[in-house]
Amino acid sequence: MSQDKPAREPRLVNPRPRTLIDRPSHFCPGCHHGIIHRLVAEAIDYFNVRERAIGVASVGCSVFLYDFMDTDVLEAPHGRASAAATGMRRALPDKVIYTYQGDGDLAAIGTAEIIHTANRGETISVVFVNNTNYGMTGGQMAPTTLLGQKTTTTPYGRDFRRDGYPIRMAEMLATLEGVAFSARGAVNKPANVRRTRELIRRAFEVQLKGIGLGFVEVLSACPTDWGLKPLEAIKRVEEELIPYYPLGIFKDKKEADHL
Amino acid sequence: MKKLIKGNDAIAMAAIEAGCRFYYGYPITPQNDIPEYLAREFPKIGGTFLQAESEIGAINMILGSAAAGKRAMISSSGPGISLMQEGISYMSGSEIPAVIVNIQRSGPGLGGISPSQGDYFQATRGGGHGDYRTPVFAPSSVQEMYDLTFLAFDVADEYRNPVVVLADGMLGQMKEPLDLRHPPQRELPEKTWALTGCAGRKPQLLKSLYLGHRELDKHCWDLWKKYQRIISREIRFEEVETKDADLVVVAFGSAARISKTAVKDARKEGLKVGLFRPISLWPYPEQRLEELAKTAKAFLVVELNTGQMVEDVKMSVGKDKPIHFYGRPPGADALPMPIEILDQIREVYP
Amino acid sequence: MHSREKMYSDVMMAGFGGQGILLIGNLLAEAALLEEYEVTYLPSYGVEMRGGTANCTVVISDTEIGSPQVSAPEVMLVMSQAAAERFEPNVKPNGLLIANSTLVEVGKFSRKDLEMVCLPFNKIATEMGNSRFANMVALGAYLGKRPLVKLESIGQVLKENLTGKKAEFIPMNMKAIEKGIELVSKSGG
Repeated sequence: MSQDKPAREPRLVNPRPRTLIDRPSHFCPGCHHGIIHRLVAEAIDYFNVRERAIGVASVGCSVFLYDFMDTDVLEAPHGRASAAATGMRRALPDKVIYTYQGDGDLAAIGTAEIIHTANRGETISVVFVNNTNYGMTGGQMAPTTLLGQKTTTTPYGRDFRRDGYPIRMAEMLATLEGVAFSARGAVNKPANVRRTRELIRRAFEVQLKGIGLGFVEVLSACPTDWGLKPLEAIKRVEEELIPYYPLGIFKDKKEADHL
Repeated sequence: MKKLIKGNDAIAMAAIEAGCRFYYGYPITPQNDIPEYLAREFPKIGGTFLQAESEIGAINMILGSAAAGKRAMISSSGPGISLMQEGISYMSGSEIPAVIVNIQRSGPGLGGISPSQGDYFQATRGGGHGDYRTPVFAPSSVQEMYDLTFLAFDVADEYRNPVVVLADGMLGQMKEPLDLRHPPQRELPEKTWALTGCAGRKPQLLKSLYLGHRELDKHCWDLWKKYQRIISREIRFEEVETKDADLVVVAFGSAARISKTAVKDARKEGLKVGLFRPISLWPYPEQRLEELAKTAKAFLVVELNTGQMVEDVKMSVGKDKPIHFYGRPPGADALPMPIEILDQIREVYP
Repeated sequence: MHSREKMYSDVMMAGFGGQGILLIGNLLAEAALLEEYEVTYLPSYGVEMRGGTANCTVVISDTEIGSPQVSAPEVMLVMSQAAAERFEPNVKPNGLLIANSTLVEVGKFSRKDLEMVCLPFNKIATEMGNSRFANMVALGAYLGKRPLVKLESIGQVLKENLTGKKAEFIPMNMKAIEKGIELVSKSGG
């Protein structure tokens, strides 16, 4: 009989991760940064390394990482997060170092830094948020902007003859020897969120195991600058971004190189 | 015991002695002896030497290691220092201490590799964007390359600020006897601000972004107060026979070194000439110059450029006394000779 | 500290890269330091790794040295024609010019006030068994004329710098230096 059973306390099936600070998000409605922050926080909790973790924030909307992550955070100059993380990694060999960078930051101004950090195989985890434009500065063209996509600096659409092609960072970095793990996920629907949670976790795991650099690109919606409603933005991720930026794992090295 | 040591090597040795174990750099003449020395010596003592992909990468690696509370140094020359200005500005804004060594070469642009003092403005006026200052020390001997680098680490840590050591190709390449003494070390505050993971304390943040209402206003004034403390405590200079001098030669670094001989030769001719050598270029010893302006009849500023520090001399001395300028932005093998400076002394002697 | 008369001496050595100019300048400076003099050694540095001009200035004094850069060196050692042409005019009036007559056209010198020591350093070194020691013969010629530092000090510095397998070159170096000293003493100075 049900009366015999003690009454079950209501319980959150998916509580807020310890590493995620409990405060209202100040990102735009429909922005995916909040979800991605949570996934990073979950990975840090999963490995129980919050007190050992140091985040390196970049420039753009991703800088606000420090408002939400309950870890030490260093704010790096635009594009330089992976170089600053290198300095951190070398200085603190037993800490867990992660960067959180947007597409303008990592794939344009910081290209040299991420490529050489990856090539050195720095044992850091890099979370790369690709929303196909410069969000904070008002929606200008990013290196990841899709062909034909209208931004404030490509008012007639991105044209490859003038602007070149959208760049696929996860695939490119996978070619580098120092990269242990490179993958792309999205957070536009629950199945993708769950999958991306695994990817980010693995990006931390390869660091903790000393295998090399862990890299996860996450496709993200930017409804405000795309000029779309949140639900339309989610649809755009599925219909326009994913076909060009396929989800998946491009490299997963199982053990570290040895001389 | 003294050893015959190259100026650049003296800087590397001082860094090791000062406990610096993190160096990131990128090759550029005429400072390569510094990274080469540390690439050789650091592995023996557990230090980290890393050749970065660029000076931009290197300065941010310094930023990372220094943010972790470690003593870190970087060296370069003109063009490379230009690329580092962004990082120096961020470190100033985030109050992350580090030592930046500029072994100056000639500019602008690619310029040349000969010694120069063309980066005076860049070093003393902040160099990068925003409202900040960095202490600048200008050695003029191999011993000072050592001593002032050592000091730079202490000053950086005491005030949580990047500090510049401004030398040049002549000082970097020349050899002199070096006394490998351990200069007195200051009592320094603990680096409680360092990012080391939040075990046992609240998470910490090092940043330079302040978007809240009047936050940046307060931050800038807080920095200003710190700069005032530096001004009141870190001014350094050397004087040679200035007491009765009618003409005071003002020069720093290599130019001061060469001028010293010219001043001594002028004395032999019976000319009452002295040398005033600022060692800290920021903060500038303006008060002492102002005092000298009461007794001296004229000033002669000698620089290896077309006139940069002369502006600070003008601000310090005022308009009552004539200020002459002799500038030699050198090309290859064209450092001024003492005799050329002596000729100037004779010409402008009051 | 040494107790000597007030002393100041400067020398410029010049030639092309690979002749070992900087090496002998450095050797002299190290020996001077060993004898507790103040000393500065200022090398030229260029963009070329080999074959370009190479020169250095060594100042030795028993008081603080001002400029390591010297307007008119009292002694000039030139090992190549280019160096001879470029630096002859710089020598201090009534100074000493030592020239490597193997590579320098001695007849082209125009100064009349200078004391000249012209010796075929390369030829002498070749006769001794290895032309690479020409720089050491030249250093010997300098030391014969300006015995500011003792030969033993030079030997001591060589010993400190040439260690391990390189130590076998010390006797040959010393022999070349002694030869230089001997040659200028013979010429009467």
